[in-house]
Amino acid sequence: MAEEFLRIDKLVKAFGGNQVVKGVDLSFNKGEFVSLLGPSGCGKTTILRMIAGFERPDSGRILVEGKDISGLAPNQRKIGMVFQAYALFPNMNVADNIGFGLKIAGMPKPQREARTEEMLQLIGLSGYGKRYPFELSGGQQQRVALARALAPSPRMLLLDEPLSALDAKIRVSLREQIRQIQRELGITTVFVTHDQEEALSISDRIVVLNTGNVEQFGQPFEIYNRPQTRFVATFVGTLNTLNATVADAGAKTVTLGGTTVTIPALPASARNGEAVALTMRPEAVSLANGATRDIVLDGKVAEVSFLGSVIRLKVDLGDNAVNLDTFNDQRTPPPAHGAPVRIGIASSDVLVLER
Amino acid sequence: MKPAKLWSWLIFAFGAAYFIVPLLATFEFSLRIRREGYTFDAYTSVFSDGRFQASFSYSLIVGVCAILAGLLIVVPAAYYVRLRAPHLRPIIEFITLLPLVIPAIILVFGYIRMYNTSSPLPLLGTNLGTDILLTLAYVALALPYMYRAVDTGLRTIDVQTLTEAANILGANQATIIAKVIFPNIIVAVLSGAFLTLAIVIGEFTIASLLNRQVFGVYMQNVGANRAFEPAALAVISFVITWGAMGMIQLLARFAPKTARRD
Repeated sequence: MAEEFLRIDKLVKAFGGNQVVKGVDLSFNKGEFVSLLGPSGCGKTTILRMIAGFERPDSGRILVEGKDISGLAPNQRKIGMVFQAYALFPNMNVADNIGFGLKIAGMPKPQREARTEEMLQLIGLSGYGKRYPFELSGGQQQRVALARALAPSPRMLLLDEPLSALDAKIRVSLREQIRQIQRELGITTVFVTHDQEEALSISDRIVVLNTGNVEQFGQPFEIYNRPQTRFVATFVGTLNTLNATVADAGAKTVTLGGTTVTIPALPASARNGEAVALTMRPEAVSLANGATRDIVLDGKVAEVSFLGSVIRLKVDLGDNAVNLDTFNDQRTPPPAHGAPVRIGIASSDVLVLER
Repeated sequence: MKPAKLWSWLIFAFGAAYFIVPLLATFEFSLRIRREGYTFDAYTSVFSDGRFQASFSYSLIVGVCAILAGLLIVVPAAYYVRLRAPHLRPIIEFITLLPLVIPAIILVFGYIRMYNTSSPLPLLGTNLGTDILLTLAYVALALPYMYRAVDTGLRTIDVQTLTEAANILGANQATIIAKVIFPNIIVAVLSGAFLTLAIVIGEFTIASLLNRQVFGVYMQNVGANRAFEPAALAVISFVITWGAMGMIQLLARFAPKTARRD
């Protein structure tokens, strides 16, 4: 069984009467990479700042390895943190920035220099020690900020949207580098982001937050494929919603686009004649010609978006519309706008959200 | 040349003449101590006067002390207001502006009343006490300039994030101010310091009523008894003040090195 490292226990925080964290309970394992994912104002940054010690919880506790750290000042917590705005000290060169925490801790100069060099190698910036922050690109600055946070060997790493200020390509390469370094060091890491793709690609587990509450806590595969709430289903990834009517609740059948189909996920609480929303991911829908899919619907191509390796089509089904993703095939151009198409959906991929 | 441009130049020339002509005239007059021609004798006479050296050194020492005391008060105060109590900013700004509104004569009479030999804190009873009082009076006098300079410096950096970054790396508040905040606003701090120095070098009212022989008081004494030396002193005083202003400009050139770039 995995060893519990960080425990957040009934954490509550309000700012001026507005409760932004509402009794959050979470438990993270040692060496785990956990993302706090949610829209603006969901409380993710506030939770991170309470772990760091920059905000005091109104109630609840934060325990690291079983010890309550809620009352400790940030400089006593032995936590490393990387900020969205890099926060490198402009008056210090790269080496001095990385060595700052070590100097504060009283590490002698020779060891400090050796550790700084080790960190520079870790982030792939050997030879950059004498440069000043303003001489570096955004990505390089954030790597230095990561090295600075890791240099004093903290027991935990907090990342506060560290990739938001960077352009798309650097964001992807830096997130891979962060993950690789995190695995190498085995350091427990909490990563705050509002970017679901980032969270899904980098995390061992994801906490999806909404209005100060935990909506779901699980592995990226579970979060994406088995969302437990409507919010998670709609916030994480793209979701198609088809309006249908329950035909026979006992037989789990619904009427969709004039045809009756069986939906295994239809809840037992459904009543005959009730309107339900059938949801599915774009990749669960295929350009049918679809003998292998048990729901087959006819429509017209309303939009074609060429995304490189994937082509996303929006198909108009009359009273519904559905997005579907299909892999780019060099030999077969995508259907044209307005072309009639037949789509297929596996009923086992359909989730039912109450309307 | 376009008429609009011509007018701009004319207005500029008129403004420049308004400032420069009296200065040039004073300088020219200061060189006319001898009938046979221009000499720097007035300057030699001033520089070799023991009272000049004593009053100038005294003003310089009081000025440096006022700068240090001002920095010790203003930097942590401005930092704290920006970081933890932004709602107090209008009140602090109002307080720092008071020395501009209250004339120095009122301030010094207040000091004399508060700190005379029969008061609970008789600072005026000793020379050292009076020196301290004079220094603190200059701190108050320079407060509007010092606070604004430091606050402007703090505005150019992300005070909160830098503080948090240093804090989580183990630094306490004093270390954060000394190692992270102060070095990043040093250019602004130095401009505040030079402004303070310029004010202190020319100050007369407070020092005179506290019976301190500062440079301003010496200038007044010389002005009352001599003809050419006061002109030389006025030019020297201008050179010092402008030198201080020039230093601010020079230091501003170093600003980009520490500026935040996103």
